[in-house]
Amino acid sequence: MKQFRTDLHIHSVLSPCGDLDMSPARIIQQAVRCGIDILGISDHNSTHHCRLMMELGHENGIRILPGVEVNTKEEIHCLAFFENIEMVENFQDFLDLKLPDLYNDPQLFGQQLVVDRDENIINEIEVMLASGIRASIYEVSAEVHKRNGIFIPAHIDRPYTSILSQLGFIPPDLDFDALEVSARSRVVNFLGLHPEFGRYTLITNSDAHVPEAIGRATSLFVMKDTSFSEIKLALKKEGNRNVLCP
Amino acid sequence: MKVADIVKKLNLKVHSCKNSLDKQVTGGYCSDLLSDVMGNANEGELWITLQVHKNIIAVASLKEISAILLVKGLKPPQEVIDLSEKENIPILGSDLPAFELAGKLYQLLGKI
Repeated sequence: MKQFRTDLHIHSVLSPCGDLDMSPARIIQQAVRCGIDILGISDHNSTHHCRLMMELGHENGIRILPGVEVNTKEEIHCLAFFENIEMVENFQDFLDLKLPDLYNDPQLFGQQLVVDRDENIINEIEVMLASGIRASIYEVSAEVHKRNGIFIPAHIDRPYTSILSQLGFIPPDLDFDALEVSARSRVVNFLGLHPEFGRYTLITNSDAHVPEAIGRATSLFVMKDTSFSEIKLALKKEGNRNVLCP
Repeated sequence: MKVADIVKKLNLKVHSCKNSLDKQVTGGYCSDLLSDVMGNANEGELWITLQVHKNIIAVASLKEISAILLVKGLKPPQEVIDLSEKENIPILGSDLPAFELAGKLYQLLGKI
């Protein structure tokens, strides 16, 4: 078994809240500097930087886990990751059907920019990405798993837009692969307050919106390699695999 | 005032527990964050919300809420109706938004 330093929650300039400095090129540069092995890209309700991130990751020796941070109907933020770009694009079709009929106001919420590898702006997304989509957390979980994806309710310790703030507790029949504890609380402290969460796989990530925040919280995945199937097994903690949050 | 009286006076729909509307309503609470309701709602209150996730039943049951009132014509899914029957928590509904329902309820309960 090997250990892989993992940060799965990163917002690029595509997210309205993502800093203008968060181009895929800059994100990769910073991740290399931080010694990150596996990096997840998780913009709000959009996957349009996944392909470029995968290309740049490949060139720079970083395993990119392509995904998205979905905001559900209940306004619960959930991370979703997929095995390949085909599945990502297939999930983007689902998002396109469920995105709200609202337009972004960049002045109020921030720009939603798609850039190329040289940081040239190539598109600006008009639909509002910050809003909840027209699908419940159950529907989103099912749509992710239908595509063999990984589904992780995000920053569950946060007093807003988290599964605990919105639903009060984890619905016992919800199908998820792990729960994310935000960089604000260390997992060990969270477990001290909420020991009942010890039965779940917990991960922690930076939720970076600026380059300097990348890697401020990381998990250690203990597994054989960085393949998608190994990552899934690590989240299940099968066969001596594990996810550690030191 | 009983739940049944409020249903009549505010012309509410009854989505579930049609035969158990005799609980007393002591006040109201208006929130869509279940964590907030768990922390702040009181026994006997009518809970005004737009949340239709089935966790509303568990939270209402825990806090001994007299009934849940869904705003803006929202309809509970069948499994939520089934659960509410089991827990004996009536789900009511109205086409009005929360602001207007809260105002009418406040007046009705003689809080003005």
